[in-house]
Amino acid sequence: MRGEIARLRVKTWLCLPLVMASHVAGNFCMKRGMPSELAFPLDYITALFRPWLGVGVLLLIAWMLLRMALLSWADLSYVLPVTAVEYALVALAGRQYLHETITTRRWAGIALIVAGAALVSAATAPQTYRKAEAGR
Amino acid sequence: MKWIAIAIVVSATAAADVLQAIGMRRQGEIRDFRPGALGRVLAALARNRFVIGAVACMAVSFFAFMGLLSVSELSFAVPATAITYVLETALSRYVLKERVNWLRWAGASLVICGVALISL
Repeated sequence: MRGEIARLRVKTWLCLPLVMASHVAGNFCMKRGMPSELAFPLDYITALFRPWLGVGVLLLIAWMLLRMALLSWADLSYVLPVTAVEYALVALAGRQYLHETITTRRWAGIALIVAGAALVSAATAPQTYRKAEAGR
Repeated sequence: MKWIAIAIVVSATAAADVLQAIGMRRQGEIRDFRPGALGRVLAALARNRFVIGAVACMAVSFFAFMGLLSVSELSFAVPATAITYVLETALSRYVLKERVNWLRWAGASLVICGVALISL
């Protein structure tokens, strides 16, 4: 049982960076290419043909598929807090690429998110539901 | 407009995640990552009604999020939709029957506090 938990944990930690990187990069591209106003429903479709939005959509599709793979072996209540490190990555990307200032309050927020993710990922098993229930 | 978009994003995201988790459990753990095996998994997922429902909810969430981004900053939109952590942790416990112990609640609570601090 302990070996199974360790195997799933290693597999999860290999997949997590890809999940988070694709989501952060996808959201960044979406914001970069988003028009200032979307007045009509057709505007949402035509906006998807903008280069930044196109790349953003591709990255978000990759994120969705990777996250589906992750959810095939890990609990949703495990994946949620652990992937919240994305919020810290968004703030750091804003500082690095958009020259945004990170205040002391934001650093504190980043520290809390990382602490929450570390607590769940290190102290709980990735999978807790009974396998028999999954087959129903 | 902003708050309506947030409500749609939050409810559609929570529904999508729960349906996706149910669908992937039924599919079983993905162990083989070779292209052929992944293709067979994708073909099976395309017929999985939970995954189809999840994708539909994600599409709703996606377009609502696009609308939200057009009227607000990314630094507001992303943290504001973090309320899904509370909703989805509760759904994990009661719908998905996961063992959400105090460590997971503590972790989710720390994340929510952190997101609130970042967004203030």
